[in-house]
Amino acid sequence: MSLNGRAAIVGAWEHPTRLAEHLSVLRLHADCALGALADAGLDKADVDAVFCAGDVPGLGAATLVEYLGLRPLHLDSTECGGSAPILHVAHAAAAIAAGRCRVALVTLAGRPRAAMAEARAKAEAAGRSGGRAPLALRPPDPDCPELAFELPYGPATQNLYAMVARRHMHEYGTTGEQLAWIKVAASHHAQHNPHAMLRKVVTVADVVGSPLVADPLHRLDCCVMSDGGGAIVVAHPDIARSLKRPLVLVRGTGEAQKNADGGRVDLRFSAAAWSGPRAFAEAGITPAQIQYASLYDSFTITVLMQLEDLGFCAKGEGGRFVMDGNLIAGTGRLPFNTDGGGLCSNHPANRGGMTKVIEAVRQLRGEAHPAVQVPGCAWALASGIGGALASRHTAATLILERVA
Amino acid sequence: MRTIPAPMVQPETMPYWQAADAGRLLVKRCAACGEHHHYPRDICPFCGSAATEWREAAGTGRVYSFSTMGEGEAAYTLAYVTLDEGPTMLSNLVGEGPFACGQRVRVRFLPSDGGHAVPVFAPCTDAEGA
Repeated sequence: MSLNGRAAIVGAWEHPTRLAEHLSVLRLHADCALGALADAGLDKADVDAVFCAGDVPGLGAATLVEYLGLRPLHLDSTECGGSAPILHVAHAAAAIAAGRCRVALVTLAGRPRAAMAEARAKAEAAGRSGGRAPLALRPPDPDCPELAFELPYGPATQNLYAMVARRHMHEYGTTGEQLAWIKVAASHHAQHNPHAMLRKVVTVADVVGSPLVADPLHRLDCCVMSDGGGAIVVAHPDIARSLKRPLVLVRGTGEAQKNADGGRVDLRFSAAAWSGPRAFAEAGITPAQIQYASLYDSFTITVLMQLEDLGFCAKGEGGRFVMDGNLIAGTGRLPFNTDGGGLCSNHPANRGGMTKVIEAVRQLRGEAHPAVQVPGCAWALASGIGGALASRHTAATLILERVA
Repeated sequence: MRTIPAPMVQPETMPYWQAADAGRLLVKRCAACGEHHHYPRDICPFCGSAATEWREAAGTGRVYSFSTMGEGEAAYTLAYVTLDEGPTMLSNLVGEGPFACGQRVRVRFLPSDGGHAVPVFAPCTDAEGA
């Protein structure tokens, strides 16, 4: 069944905080849920479906449902890391199209930054060096068969993505300066976002001159670490038309999983090469028709890979595509992440998918900052890569249309 | 030098780690489809057959990609190494850099923190056919 036009995004809300010292994880989820419902003009009693991922503690959606006092009749806790909310929109649209529910709530929230500061303070109070707490806040699961063959070697998120960048440079001649343009574009957008963590406009020289984190990636090739979150409400088009917000319809959806494939490792493409074509086919449009793109930006290389894999440029051409401000709103051919993205604004709970959908909705409604608003934005795309680009990751692609 | 965490070994792959302790690198081959795979499983990820068997790998391969993280003594290099048998495996590069994609490497074994030895790779010497 095609999901084209079968559901609409009626509510979207991003938490303004980037450091949630005094807010619990569930309070953040609740703030986001109620914010998105208020944005839609709906009440929590209207919610009959809940979608969330591993950033909700406990067993699937149960903890969230209880905290909020919901009574959903459709639940989906599909966990695939940062791309989960983008995939959840598709799953919600499918459930709505199948008549399983009418109003679906999707939330994402967390406080890794505050938790890391607390862990450091606790260690220092105990007389130990606080050091740098690991990004992964949960211990590895010894039942994962692949971990014996990975963890001894010290895979961190940064060096796994760096290996993709290294291979891209080797295969196609991509340069650090070209990758830097992605961060430069994000920073141009972030200067207009009062909630962005990094609002300073940076140059290519700033990026390649920042310290190497995992070569060839520099510190400014990496996203921020932040607390906060967001939520969206997906509803039946009949409900959407009864509300007072602009109509944003789901037009195309795709999801795909890629991994080390029994040792047939190929770092030249991501799972977006499989999820993207399916989403475009469902929407019945081509990449050239997309006026705004929210692209997952855990690292600059993540953006480059999606640009190629989603068909915005040919494979190997990503470096040339992003140069000279081609991603900057107002001057470039493809404005991306006009909120500043994960590179400059927000990467709540170490997951960037929710904010990708929210900024796409802002653009389609004409509610982005005037300095970065794409005039007459009717078609937008949100793309996510959850997991590790160099090993197992799940891509989700969502195409949305503003219908007058 | 970085302490190598002990691998979280499961019964399915115990022979791999016992061989590593003895300085040998094993790779799984499927008797049904003839394909090698890594990480090793009982069930072939390509054809689904349970007729997989352990083979001793030559221990040589090429660097597919790599990244160095950390500074000074704490620096280490994560890498994908494509074995001559076909599969690409995650590992570390040790020894003299600079490293390069396509570089010929040979397996070495380093002790882990209270566990089995772990295969890593170092650049081949000229005598080894680099």
